[in-house]
Amino acid sequence: MKNDIILAGVGGQGILSIAAIIGLGAVENDLFIKQAEVHGMSQRGGDVQSHLRLSDREISSDLIPYGSAEVILSVEPMESMRYLPWLSAKGHLVTNSNPFINISDYPDTDLLLAEIRKVPNSVIIDADTIAKDIGTSRVANIVVLGAASHFIDVPYKSLENAIRQLFGKKGEEIVDMNLKALKAGFDAV
Amino acid sequence: MQKLMLLGDEAIAQAAIDAGLSGMYAYPGTPSTEIMEYVQGSRLAAENDIHRLWSANEKTAIEAAIGMSYAGKRAMVAMKHVGLNVAADGFINVAMTGVNGGLVVVVADDPSMHSSQNEQDSRFYGKFAMVPVFEPSNQQEAYDMIFEAFDLSERYRVPVLYRITTRLAHSRSAVARKEPLKQNEMKLPGDPRQFILLPAIARKKYKGLLRIYDAIANDSVFAGKNIFIDGKKRSLGIITSGIAYNYLMENFAGTGPDFPILKVTRYPINENQLRKITDTCDKILVIEEGYPVIEELLKGYPSTDRVVMGRLDGTLPRDGELNPNIIAKALGLNDLYGSDIPSIVRSRPPSLCKGCGHADVYNALNEVMKEYGPGKVFSDIGCYTLGALPPYNAINSCVEMGASITMAVGAADAGLFPSIAVIGDSTFTHSGMTGLLDAVIKNSPVTVIISDNSTTGMTGGQASHATDRLEPICKGLGVPEEHIVVINPLRKYHEENVEHLRREIAFRGVSVIIARRECIQTASKRKRKESGR
Repeated sequence: MKNDIILAGVGGQGILSIAAIIGLGAVENDLFIKQAEVHGMSQRGGDVQSHLRLSDREISSDLIPYGSAEVILSVEPMESMRYLPWLSAKGHLVTNSNPFINISDYPDTDLLLAEIRKVPNSVIIDADTIAKDIGTSRVANIVVLGAASHFIDVPYKSLENAIRQLFGKKGEEIVDMNLKALKAGFDAV
Repeated sequence: MQKLMLLGDEAIAQAAIDAGLSGMYAYPGTPSTEIMEYVQGSRLAAENDIHRLWSANEKTAIEAAIGMSYAGKRAMVAMKHVGLNVAADGFINVAMTGVNGGLVVVVADDPSMHSSQNEQDSRFYGKFAMVPVFEPSNQQEAYDMIFEAFDLSERYRVPVLYRITTRLAHSRSAVARKEPLKQNEMKLPGDPRQFILLPAIARKKYKGLLRIYDAIANDSVFAGKNIFIDGKKRSLGIITSGIAYNYLMENFAGTGPDFPILKVTRYPINENQLRKITDTCDKILVIEEGYPVIEELLKGYPSTDRVVMGRLDGTLPRDGELNPNIIAKALGLNDLYGSDIPSIVRSRPPSLCKGCGHADVYNALNEVMKEYGPGKVFSDIGCYTLGALPPYNAINSCVEMGASITMAVGAADAGLFPSIAVIGDSTFTHSGMTGLLDAVIKNSPVTVIISDNSTTGMTGGQASHATDRLEPICKGLGVPEEHIVVINPLRKYHEENVEHLRREIAFRGVSVIIARRECIQTASKRKRKESGR
């Protein structure tokens, strides 16, 4: 078994906490894991990505080869398509529908979403609205993770445990909020 | 012991702590920053009272580490590749003096220039200084080899260069720890003249260094740690190192290739070991991240009549990072590809944060510079370098740390007026102060704008040596007090800030504008911390 996941977004959108949750969940299931992150200049509002690789065998490369990712998980719609060269023919693309606009030539959102729908196995969810219904738009990234969890080879229970482990220090309220967000995202697909 | 999920940088830091480190020295620089940050956050480092404060720059960092080594204790210094240029004087000369306590110099190269001006390969510095180089290819090796690096350093009494690249520095995987070692006791060098490089002594030391470098190259235990994987076929042999090894093996997941592979983890490379490949294989492919260091070495071997392929003959690209697909192509293997990026996807370059003080500085400066025309603003390395991009287009240079002030001085020497430098507070105390002294000595008609966000912003908000010290530093260097002007870069003060800038830029002597407003990232982090969330 191997599960290659590209996490995509814009610097500051919190893709590294998604990576941490999947990572903890993978460790609980004794999987091998490698996770390449982007630090430095791009974190200032530029496009950022993380290559997350899970396997039941030792993993060689820190980078996912082109054409082999099982999942693109994006917290921003335009960013989801920047990594199509990595997506395998059977892979899934899961993205938030809400754009993060910090450039002057950002494309029309309807055209953008239409383009994403052309990708086989694409899932678009309005994570911001779902998150707000739960209580805060700050958990939108966890909603997207919940939606993508159908295609990630880590048991749902382990993702819940990871959330408890990661946010435990911040209090029961924050843990609950994130668990609800995960569930809402899961149910949205 | 439980395995830890660590970045390559963090694995190196944890290893140094476990290997009896007494002093960690560094200046922040992507992709090396997390090494010092990890030591600073480590409970064990605090319990063991390991020195772990940032230095003003890479030169002061390596010099302090040499001092720690002089006193017999283990020291590590970490920097990005271009930081080694700043620290080169100390690095080359500590090879001459040799060490007392173990000294490991970690340098993180940045091929493909994710966050850098160039992609120089630090292994060249190792050869230049005649210092052994370690090059791990995964997080566990990054951890384990630190112990060997300190041992080798103390056994041969030489500094050791520890080379990693961006993808290892910033990639996370499971790492198993070893039993922690105790720190060395303080012990002065046995030879009181070891660290005195007077010519007569240096000439002797140099002969010693030549002997040591040779001895390490022929040390079979050292060489034996390089990894040789035999294969049946002899039509091709591969020599690889570092992260490139991972990309190679990715193409043979589960099975492994059927031709021999030498993974180099240590330099200087033992010749006999190279010959296992060069004497027995018809063709040789060299796969290395960075410059063609090993490939050039092979091509220089007169006895090799084999075909050597790699970055020099076009089998691999001459520049930029490697990846599994590039190597698949070089090996003629089947290569996958998803689909092209649709044309609707626009590029999203990094930009100054909303509300950033640097933006207000550039808005005011651009208004004044309309009166003088383009091409007169020299800048430096930091978030404010993003002022080179639209909508600001405000600066004309970014070369190396501190060059804004000295380039402005040189251009003023050539007759350019006005000649303006824009530099950050941390960059100013890293390498700007001496340039400002030059300007004062010859009364250059330059204006230096120190855009002071009271942090080292680009690397994630580390403490800045300049905080609360800029006015006394500038005054002490001899800038006239009436021409040290502090402004607050906020939109509501735009008009008065423009007036201050206009007046000081017109002044035909040295003036300094300190534009002071805390980085909004650091400010919000600080507020979150204060409110306990």
